[in-house]
Amino acid sequence: MLLLNHLWIILALPLAGAAINGLLGKLWPKSAVNSVAIGSVVLSFLAVAETVREFCNLAPSQIPFIGNYFTWMIAGEATPHPFRVDFALQVDQLTVVMLLVVTFVGMLIHIYSTGYMAHEGGYYRFFSYLNLFMFFMLTLVMAANLVVMFVGWEGVGLCSYLLIGFWFLKKSATDAGKKAFIVTRIGDFGFTIGILLVFATFGTVAFGEIFPLASQQSETVLTTICLLLFAGAVGKSAQLPLYVWLPDAMEGPTPVSALIHAATMVTAGVYMVARMSPLFSRAPVAMFVVAIVGAVTAFYSATIGLVQTDIKKVLAYSTVSQLGYMFLACGVGAYASGIFHLMTHAFFKGLLFLAAGSVIHAMGGEQDMMKMGGLRKKIPVTYWTMLIGTLAIAGIPGFAGFFSKDDILEAAEAGRYHHVVLFVLGLVGAGLTSFYMFRLVFLTFFGQPRYDEHKVHVHESPKNMTIPLMILAFLSIFGGWFAAPRLVGRMDYFEKFLAPVFASSPGGDVAPAAAEAGATPAMDLVHALTGWPVIVGILGLLVAWWFYIKNPEVPKRLAKNIHALYLLLLNKYYVDEIYAALIVRPLLWISTNVLWQVVDEGLIDGTVNGTATVARESGSQARKLQSGNTRSYAAWVIVGAVAFTALLFGILGVKR
Amino acid sequence: MSIPVILFFLCALVAVAGAVLLILAREPIHSALALVLVMSTLAILYLLLGAPFIAAVQVIVYAGAVMVLFVFVIMLLNAGSEERTNISRLAKPIGLPLGFVLLLAFAYFLWRSPVGGAIANGTGSSNDAADTVKLSEMLFRQYLFPFEATSILILIAILGALVLARKES
Amino acid sequence: MSAVPISYYLVLSAILFGLGVVAVVFKRNIITIFMSIELMLNAVNLAFVAFARAHNQLDGLVFVFFVIVVAAAEAAVGLAIVIMLAQNRESLNVERVNLLKL
Repeated sequence: MLLLNHLWIILALPLAGAAINGLLGKLWPKSAVNSVAIGSVVLSFLAVAETVREFCNLAPSQIPFIGNYFTWMIAGEATPHPFRVDFALQVDQLTVVMLLVVTFVGMLIHIYSTGYMAHEGGYYRFFSYLNLFMFFMLTLVMAANLVVMFVGWEGVGLCSYLLIGFWFLKKSATDAGKKAFIVTRIGDFGFTIGILLVFATFGTVAFGEIFPLASQQSETVLTTICLLLFAGAVGKSAQLPLYVWLPDAMEGPTPVSALIHAATMVTAGVYMVARMSPLFSRAPVAMFVVAIVGAVTAFYSATIGLVQTDIKKVLAYSTVSQLGYMFLACGVGAYASGIFHLMTHAFFKGLLFLAAGSVIHAMGGEQDMMKMGGLRKKIPVTYWTMLIGTLAIAGIPGFAGFFSKDDILEAAEAGRYHHVVLFVLGLVGAGLTSFYMFRLVFLTFFGQPRYDEHKVHVHESPKNMTIPLMILAFLSIFGGWFAAPRLVGRMDYFEKFLAPVFASSPGGDVAPAAAEAGATPAMDLVHALTGWPVIVGILGLLVAWWFYIKNPEVPKRLAKNIHALYLLLLNKYYVDEIYAALIVRPLLWISTNVLWQVVDEGLIDGTVNGTATVARESGSQARKLQSGNTRSYAAWVIVGAVAFTALLFGILGVKR
Repeated sequence: MSIPVILFFLCALVAVAGAVLLILAREPIHSALALVLVMSTLAILYLLLGAPFIAAVQVIVYAGAVMVLFVFVIMLLNAGSEERTNISRLAKPIGLPLGFVLLLAFAYFLWRSPVGGAIANGTGSSNDAADTVKLSEMLFRQYLFPFEATSILILIAILGALVLARKES
Repeated sequence: MSAVPISYYLVLSAILFGLGVVAVVFKRNIITIFMSIELMLNAVNLAFVAFARAHNQLDGLVFVFFVIVVAAAEAAVGLAIVIMLAQNRESLNVERVNLLKL
């Protein structure tokens, strides 16, 4: 029980790494910085592994295991419901999944970064921020109450800002960092109000105390709470309408994009919704909102991804889209499927980003796919791993993404809270996903080189970058096989593992439709392999092949024929411009003209200066009393005497 | 209407007239003489109130010495008529009404004081001489310390006047 | 055998005092102002004597005695100052005594 009793060690290791690197890293050689950074994450991963082992030995009554370390804040002790926040960490099945994903993928990306960032300045700063991010993310997933989770929530937002704007001398990078922070802030505002409402309703913010009381609350209150909390998730996980920061966040280094904006930070919203599932399950309206937002976002951003030319932007929109799938899953009650997709997505999206980073590294910094081509033979490791990742995301059977995506779409079609619109949006989105991902592969690796081969020397990446790629590729294939037995009519292991977490929700977790009675395992398998998701996946692959390998001129002709639609998609539906005009510019106008001139200069400065002016003026007037004129002095003496007499006799009531 | 009352009103009238003359006189010497008039009538009133000693002191010291001093100084400085400047604009509108208000206020409260109704005895009560003896006894017994202190005060005043009036040499 | 009620004396005292106040405020000659102060003192003396008679005590008279003595001392010193002022300033106008003015 060593680590379970000292859960804070898992957090302290990355924090220590961040502190050491941040304070001392500037003076050390790169090797020292590396060992501290990677060492802390590896140790953290080992700690997590040990924790998991101990966790598996726990009896079901001990789960969730909570370690309460100290009382952070407490207010209103005398009242029946004091506002109490303990620094408490908890471990249950959901936490275990998240911990493993975060630390393992984090570890791989740390190793990768030593290769990618080898020639960059500010090396120690990068690893310090990366470790700090790990600390906050682990706090988020291990939190036992909403406030500690919010600490982690805000902390990862901070690290995201720091890392997006890592190259802070580049204006576009700092702008992107600010945009990310501010847009997620909007969501965080809703989240904060949600936390307050939770406290007002339940009298506590600790999960263990909220969930048992959930069934006693009115549906309206629960719906409001869930919608507010979901607002935070919309911001952090880049759903409509707060997704605009994620594509811009690609200004950061590629490992950052991989870790933060694909595998871990953006999934915090999904984790939060899954964690709060007892509340969400009792608020069907909120669940539907979650599902519809997820589905629409999935479809919408897939359409934008169709025509982007920057390799990282395509992956960014793909991330937004996949996050939409996760929310879709949670919204229809298939929480375990959503978390499953979160895990597989961490594997294959992390892989895709790292491979893209490898391509960019090989091309000497070029990110525009239109300037690539024919890289297949030159960087084979990168090519094969990227292909595996693409097959996974497209949902081709046998790869991890197939299992998770299949789960989600089945739940959308026939689960307890299914709706045909959700299913259709999800399905079409899946097809589009397959198409644009294969487009990416074909444009980058196939065809004739569209760059000057004398200027750019394409070379394979070093081992510290390719080995993580290979590990993630392996996981992208086999990481989803937990759910494989379901296809032959037996239990989905992943879902079984997570079942206790979602058991308290009414209806439990919505499992994808169980096997039909009387069907044989073989029939189930065939049924799964010929379902709609597979069909659209393969269709996407074929269309992409048609467009970009067989007939390369087709895309250009198509773009010319439907030029308006093409431009609309290329310019991301002009959403950024719309936001700028509708929201940003009026806010700036109000800030300048109202808040600055009227309130700050007029009211506040006016009051302060006015007090000084009043003092000065009244003093100036009072000065005239001292005229030096004896007669007026005498007159004032008389006035005083009269007043005093009146006071004595009149008010004080001296006896007549 | 008995004689004391008539006498009182007569003296009162003369006193007030003197005071008004004090205010209205153009030359300071006229004001001084008006003040002497007021003091004299007050001496008569003291007599009416049965305080002969005080009346005597009033005439000898106040009207006789102090006012003479005033007159001497006026003559010494050749004080001419009053100028007519109006530097303090505040004085007239405020001072005049206030002065009258003060006057009326005092009058009212004194009228209503519990002592006000007490009747004064007529001219000279039982024994003026006995009163004077009693007064001097009080002066030298109970009020000995103030008496001595006042004499020192006079000494200091003399010295002060001497020092002030000396020319710088 | 009727006598004069004390309140008559008190009212007279009040009137004289008020007139003295008015004079202090309105006259411009220092000596005249001084004389009006003496008038006020006299009015107060009258009140004291009246009260002494009303209470049939002699303490009031003692006080009057002292007032007169102190007034004399004050007049001496005050007039000495006036003389000095007049020599310095060539004028007896109280408004000329304004070195305290800001």
